[in-house]
Amino acid sequence: MLYAVDGLNLTEKLESDVVNSPDEHALSVRQLDFYYGGVHALTKIDLSIPKGKVTAMIGASGSGKSTLLRTFNQMYRLYPEQRVTGEILFHNRNLLSKETDIQQLRKQIGMVFQKPTPFPLSIFDNIAFAIKLHESLSKHDLAERVEEALTQAALWDEVKDKLKTPAIKLSGGQQQRLCIARTIATKPEILLLDEPTSALDPKSTRQIEALMLTLKNLATIVLVTHNLAQARRISDDIAFLHHGELIEVGPTEVLFTQPKNVLTQQYLAHGEDE
Amino acid sequence: MNTHYLHQKRLLQDRLFTLLCALAVLLGLSVIAAVLWTLISKGYSHVDLLLFTELTPGPNMAGGLLNAFVGSLIMPGLALLISAPIAVLIAIYLVESPSTHRLARYVRFFNDVLLSAPSIIVGLFIYIMVVRTMGHFSAMAGALSLAVIALPMIVRASEDVISLSAQPLREAVMALGAPRWAFVWLVLAHAARSGIITALLLAFARVLGETAPLLFTALNSSFLVTNLWQPMANLPVVIYQFAMSPYDNWQGLAWAGALMLTIVILVINLLARLIGMQKS
Amino acid sequence: MQLRRAAVLDNWFFATTRFLAAGSLLLVAAIFIALFISSWPALREFGFGFFISSDWDPVFLKFGAFGAILGTLVTSLIALILAVPLALGIALFITEMAPGWLKRPIALVIELMAGIPSIIYGMWGLFVLAPLISEWVQPVIQNSVGRISGLSHVFSGPPLGIGLFTAGVILAIMIIPLMASVLQDLLRTVPALLKEAAYGHGATRFEVIKTVMLPYIRTGILGSVILGFGRALGETMAVTFVIGNAHGLITQLFAPGASIASVIANEFAEATGTLYPSSLLALGLILFIITFIVLVCARALLNRYKHP
Repeated sequence: MLYAVDGLNLTEKLESDVVNSPDEHALSVRQLDFYYGGVHALTKIDLSIPKGKVTAMIGASGSGKSTLLRTFNQMYRLYPEQRVTGEILFHNRNLLSKETDIQQLRKQIGMVFQKPTPFPLSIFDNIAFAIKLHESLSKHDLAERVEEALTQAALWDEVKDKLKTPAIKLSGGQQQRLCIARTIATKPEILLLDEPTSALDPKSTRQIEALMLTLKNLATIVLVTHNLAQARRISDDIAFLHHGELIEVGPTEVLFTQPKNVLTQQYLAHGEDE
Repeated sequence: MNTHYLHQKRLLQDRLFTLLCALAVLLGLSVIAAVLWTLISKGYSHVDLLLFTELTPGPNMAGGLLNAFVGSLIMPGLALLISAPIAVLIAIYLVESPSTHRLARYVRFFNDVLLSAPSIIVGLFIYIMVVRTMGHFSAMAGALSLAVIALPMIVRASEDVISLSAQPLREAVMALGAPRWAFVWLVLAHAARSGIITALLLAFARVLGETAPLLFTALNSSFLVTNLWQPMANLPVVIYQFAMSPYDNWQGLAWAGALMLTIVILVINLLARLIGMQKS
Repeated sequence: MQLRRAAVLDNWFFATTRFLAAGSLLLVAAIFIALFISSWPALREFGFGFFISSDWDPVFLKFGAFGAILGTLVTSLIALILAVPLALGIALFITEMAPGWLKRPIALVIELMAGIPSIIYGMWGLFVLAPLISEWVQPVIQNSVGRISGLSHVFSGPPLGIGLFTAGVILAIMIIPLMASVLQDLLRTVPALLKEAAYGHGATRFEVIKTVMLPYIRTGILGSVILGFGRALGETMAVTFVIGNAHGLITQLFAPGASIASVIANEFAEATGTLYPSSLLALGLILFIITFIVLVCARALLNRYKHP
């Protein structure tokens, strides 16, 4: 079972899974409802996230896309007034059940947030923090892993000479790439990105979009964005949410050019694009 | 497995830390419980009607604490009367000044410093300025020293309350063309109801319990005095003198007085916070 | 004309507020000047020796502040060592660990602790805590840490229960609510997103607190520690009850000692003549200067968190 196996190379695992069970999805959401306080924020969501691809969730503000994303790594557990019913199958187990080991889950499902969240530590320690939570490594191995993560996040060249300086001194775009490096350092299977470029300038946005396309080889990517052009540029599949309901799902180009649902058509026509 | 051990260790650390923090809370709670218990068990038996009707007695004679109660009503009350208007006006100044104004920044800064300054120093200051000048201790000096202690408290709390009340009203009132001082009065009326009363109650509770400043200003008296220019009895100093003495009845009175003082202060504190919670 | 009158009233009113505000600044200066002038006879008589001598002889009129200064610093240091971990634990429990319905009540009780007057803690300290310490705590410490050579003198002392150590304990109790309150405010300034990011990596609550929250507020923690120290330095009544009021250079933790505030409180009434009261006021001056510097430093550090 994948819960007990650590340290295996991720790409090896993905290939073997594709060969053995070609229909398996990274995540299967079944009949999910979400409540906070008295508000019914998500209604009967049924959604499958395909492996090894970029799936974008789009919708207006308040449509529930971030809320849905945050159920995937049980982020709502931090807030006692938030409640979930239904199932999310991850490796054929319901990750919403009480027996789920949250620490382990979050090693395999990582998240990047809408504002860069560098920890008040050095660049090196930021990455090392995430790795050391799950693995005991020698100093040498740790340094290698940190370099690997920073390289994969296209940040290594810019910071290799100042690994011990505080992460807070980096620019916004660099900080976000640091957060991505930190998240992929634990070699997760799924990467959740909650509007990762909404606080960044256009140049940094482009950099991170390019990065997301390369990261597709390492992990399944689920992206929440209010930027339709971005969704079109980099995603393989799109899920459109409206008022907490899943309205339409489909391959990106199909959904953009021939949306089936009238709500989808309206959103695509009048929605925000940059 | 190596990682399994790591995982268990981390969970154990987390649980241990939570336990330690909970123990810290329990320790704090048990201290306050112990203090209250001591006050009640040692003071309760000495609380009777005589406590409120008789004056402080000589050693080993029966008596009460009437003059001390009266003094502890008069002097803190007077202190608030003196300091509250001044403090509120200073708070208005701080709210109305642009935040870059140098005087405002210094005033705010040193007000916070005064807030934590030792009360014994305030007592010595008033002793030098008032008691030495007048040649004797007096209730007025006592009230003045308490006023100096209450001032920074009221300034700090009022500034927060007034600036909160001012935000929504400012644009509306200015648009009507009202002069600034009228606007201020309007804000005050609103702020008074929401927060200034709370601030005054808390300041009153604070100066009720102050001993050190009164030691050098109002000192004490065995009589029921209402003359402000003479020394006046007060609860904290009486408690201090009686508790440190070797006489049983004095110690009994000290505990009774301590119990009453603590009850009053806790009740005022609770009241102030209840009112504060109502408003928000 | 209405307009003109309104404008004049306006100016008058705000000039008054400005005048009073400036006056409050002058108050601080006035305290310093008044204390200085009144200490002058003693300062002139003893000179610099006043600060390094620990003599205290009211009969032959030889006074020195060092014993009291040392006692003040030692008791406040003991208080800090005991209070900081407890205040931190309490603050963390309230903000991060307590279930929602429990947060407010616990915070309220801790706040009420701060409202209990110093003299009440003093009485409790003398009649309840001191016997407890002399019977249970002192023997334990003297038989364990006190056995370490070199430290045995520091931890020795008669089993009276009063003394520098007990004073330190009472001071700790008094500054815990203050520091816990400031620490709670500081902890609430940590952005929720930052905490979520740390939890998102699979960190336990302890790890989030240790590696993200506490470093985020590290300057503030220092500020609150210094603030607690400043408050402990000036505490009078609680200390006066339990410190024992013995003069000289006290190097034993469990022996009776003195702090600046306790000396002034104990002896002011009997101080006759000029030199004796002036020496006491000189002690007050020293206390004012020390606490002023400490509190200014604390404020400067904590102000960084006031306007994010």
